[in-house]
Amino acid sequence: MKITFSVNGTNRTIDVPADMPLLWILRDTLDLKGTKFGCGQALCGACTVHINGSATRSCQVPASALNGRKVVTIEGLSAQASHPLQQAWQELDVPQCGYCQAGQIMQAADLLSSNPQPTDEDIDAAMYGNLCRCASYHRIRAGIHRAAELAASSRASTQQDADSTQGVA
Amino acid sequence: MSTPSPILARRDFLRVTAVAGGGMLLGTMVDFAGIGVVNAMEPAGEFMPNAFIRISGAGVITILAKNPEIGQGIRTMLPMLVAEELDVAWQQVIVEQAMSDEAKYGSQFAGGSMATPTNWEPLRRAGAAGRQMLVAVAAASWNVPVGECTTEAGVVHHESSRRRATYGELASRAATMTPPALDAVKLKDPKDFRIIGKSIPGVDNLKIVTGKPLFGIDVTVPGMLYAIFEKSPVFGARVASANVDEVRGLPGVKQAFVVEGTTNLSGLMPGVAILADSWWAARSARRQLRVTWEQHPTAQQSSAGFRARAKEFFAAAPQTVARQDGDVVTAFAAAAKVVEAEYEYPFLAHAPLEPQNCTASFANGKLEIWAPTQAPQGGRQLVAQTLGIKPEDIAIHMMRCGGGFGRRLLNDYMVEAAWIARQAGVPVKLVWSREDDTQHDFYRPAGFHKLKGAVDANGRITAWENHFATFGDGQRFAQAASISPNEFPISFIPNALFGVSQMPLGVPTGFLRAPTSNAIAFVYQSFIDELALAAGKDPVQFRLDLLDQGGIVAATPAAPASPVNAARMKGVLELVAEKSEWGKRKFPRGSGVGVGMHFSHRGYFAEVVEVNVSQRGEVKIVKVWVAGDVGSHIINPSGAMAQVQGSVLDGIAQAMKQEITIDGGRSVQTSLADYELLRITEVPPVEVHFRTTEFPPTGMGEPALPPVIPALASAIFMATGKRIRSLPLARHDLSWS
Ligand code: FES
Ligand code: FES
Repeated sequence: MKITFSVNGTNRTIDVPADMPLLWILRDTLDLKGTKFGCGQALCGACTVHINGSATRSCQVPASALNGRKVVTIEGLSAQASHPLQQAWQELDVPQCGYCQAGQIMQAADLLSSNPQPTDEDIDAAMYGNLCRCASYHRIRAGIHRAAELAASSRASTQQDADSTQGVA
Repeated sequence: MSTPSPILARRDFLRVTAVAGGGMLLGTMVDFAGIGVVNAMEPAGEFMPNAFIRISGAGVITILAKNPEIGQGIRTMLPMLVAEELDVAWQQVIVEQAMSDEAKYGSQFAGGSMATPTNWEPLRRAGAAGRQMLVAVAAASWNVPVGECTTEAGVVHHESSRRRATYGELASRAATMTPPALDAVKLKDPKDFRIIGKSIPGVDNLKIVTGKPLFGIDVTVPGMLYAIFEKSPVFGARVASANVDEVRGLPGVKQAFVVEGTTNLSGLMPGVAILADSWWAARSARRQLRVTWEQHPTAQQSSAGFRARAKEFFAAAPQTVARQDGDVVTAFAAAAKVVEAEYEYPFLAHAPLEPQNCTASFANGKLEIWAPTQAPQGGRQLVAQTLGIKPEDIAIHMMRCGGGFGRRLLNDYMVEAAWIARQAGVPVKLVWSREDDTQHDFYRPAGFHKLKGAVDANGRITAWENHFATFGDGQRFAQAASISPNEFPISFIPNALFGVSQMPLGVPTGFLRAPTSNAIAFVYQSFIDELALAAGKDPVQFRLDLLDQGGIVAATPAAPASPVNAARMKGVLELVAEKSEWGKRKFPRGSGVGVGMHFSHRGYFAEVVEVNVSQRGEVKIVKVWVAGDVGSHIINPSGAMAQVQGSVLDGIAQAMKQEITIDGGRSVQTSLADYELLRITEVPPVEVHFRTTEFPPTGMGEPALPPVIPALASAIFMATGKRIRSLPLARHDLSWS
């Protein structure tokens, strides 16, 4: 079937089988390899992307459900790795093999967008379904806290900039 | 924070071609890493003192990462060794993955925690040789003694004349020199290390967090088809018939055929290949595939059957006695107390998150392979033998692996892709489903132990006997199913016997992170706790006393001395006891601590686990303390910490809930729904301490895993009074009142 949907801000029109999951559309049709295949059964979270702003397992979303949707993948999370999670992940050296990490970051980005200062319990609840076979979980948790900090300080400095601009005016 | 650091941005310019090295490239190379197609020609005037270093006239310093990266951090750590002695700043270095070429790079293998001990000196020497040549060129051109020149961050200085030259400026002249003999070069005094000992983040982190193609599963080759390979769930069964004609007509399907396969359980097994223009099309067509499999004797095998057979073995004497010290019969008769117990552990899967996959292209008698593999050289041999082609006609690109854990030491998926690509006549990307991955692993073999131990009136162990029931044909053990007769505490006890009985196995088995150790540490350390209890001694003190008992009097070829250095083992045991305040805390019923220690892969680890067990039997791990001794240096503390914490959590996952059950000659478990991985909610704090000793540094990928399992089991005993003699814990009712 022919569908049109937005991927990382660009409208794409493609012709694929109606039951083809978004995961494989991204990886094989659109050549966006950042979203990973781990299980194909909603059991691991490696395939997590944002659909209309919510973290979603792309292996479970068929082409037929995509028309008009806005999809953001790890490749489109930020320009130049500037998202606080991407910064924190590098700073704390979170990845081991790295295979789960795109999914972890996309899930965590959803968490931070609704809950900018999550507790450990909030993190556990949000990240429960994102498996890391290497068990980099200590650093995933620390990375989310660090990203929250980075985001808070950049909000504070933006606010300061705004205040000082007003001061000058 | 919005612009990436210059280091990482520069790494993105990695020139893929040079990875190919000595003429292994087939024309230009495919741009799988998102970098651009480039030509294989090397510009003239580059300084390449050896296979690991390349310095261009423009000052670009490239270090080759020789080994497969499976998440253990080796692509970062080995180049650190070269960079240290070359004396460049890490920020200047571009790390490039080497091709599989053992003639050029030496052993390229990710297993046995071997990379650190085997490369620690050679790679530093490779770096030092490069530095020595650059210094010699600078000194000659300034007409000053070599000894007056110093280096730092890729620059040679002559202090008194205030002259300096960058490595790039010296490269073309250095390129004309003959490299020195590696064993003659001088290495730094460790106190001058600038990179070794610093936490260096993984060199691929930027690509990982931005989703750049990097892993085996991300490879794209022009004109390739996507393949699925269906094998019999009963291991090794051949195809009797399959509706391949019908499958060929399904949407997107280009080819479908039966592969006869071989009888090598670690090689090309029989099956049916479906090739389509997308993986999804191949996978959809697979649902219409109908295969009748031939009868196979393995269908008679089951976990329950293995257990029953082990019981029969235990009712008789072992088939073979692999080691006998002193006289156990007399020692048992004279003992103050004798303890007997049977232990067992299940088959386990590796379950790396990236399912097995491989891309292969066969043209003009030559094969090019892109594989996530831990053992590329083994893969080359297997493919060469199976396809009947020459090993030198196979080029292997070592792709980053989405987890290894020992699974990718065996290259079944590589030979499948190679065979299918040659038969299909087009490049093929084979990707297994999660179900394929779960049902066609090389499982950690199950094992059964009947133990008998004696303590004397002073509470010392006087006799130790183990009857090990395992798998083999009577001549040879099944893969990874043997255990060393010399494993600690044997040779620390005067009277000991290690007997073995083997039963046949048709299930493929292999090496799982800390192979052997991940099983035997649970059994032996738990049994040592049982003996400590019988002796009325504290488990830590009991172990210290055992270590003090020392090796046997006279080691012989049949009864060698223990490989365990008692002083190093005591060192970590005392350290973990101190850090966990062992013996100083009181625990109410339902809570407890346990200790375990183990020597493997040249590393010494002792661990303490604290648990709470609810009255309903739910286990919560409160904390884990780890003490490790891997020698004189922790080369990359960030990577080391990740490996230790990851290993400990891996051990916890195995102990808590993992099990592969064989029934009807197949794995009962088929996915992550019934073979569960650890979740973030199950992760306790893991506090790690290292004790540095004068020994050369050794590997970190495995030795921290084994002790946590018995430590957890004995903590549960303290909390509930229930002795854990089989795994996983999920099998046990741990409720108490
Ligand atoms: S691949 Fe979608 S949840 Fe595992
Ligand atoms: S880093 Fe390997 S699966 Fe998470």
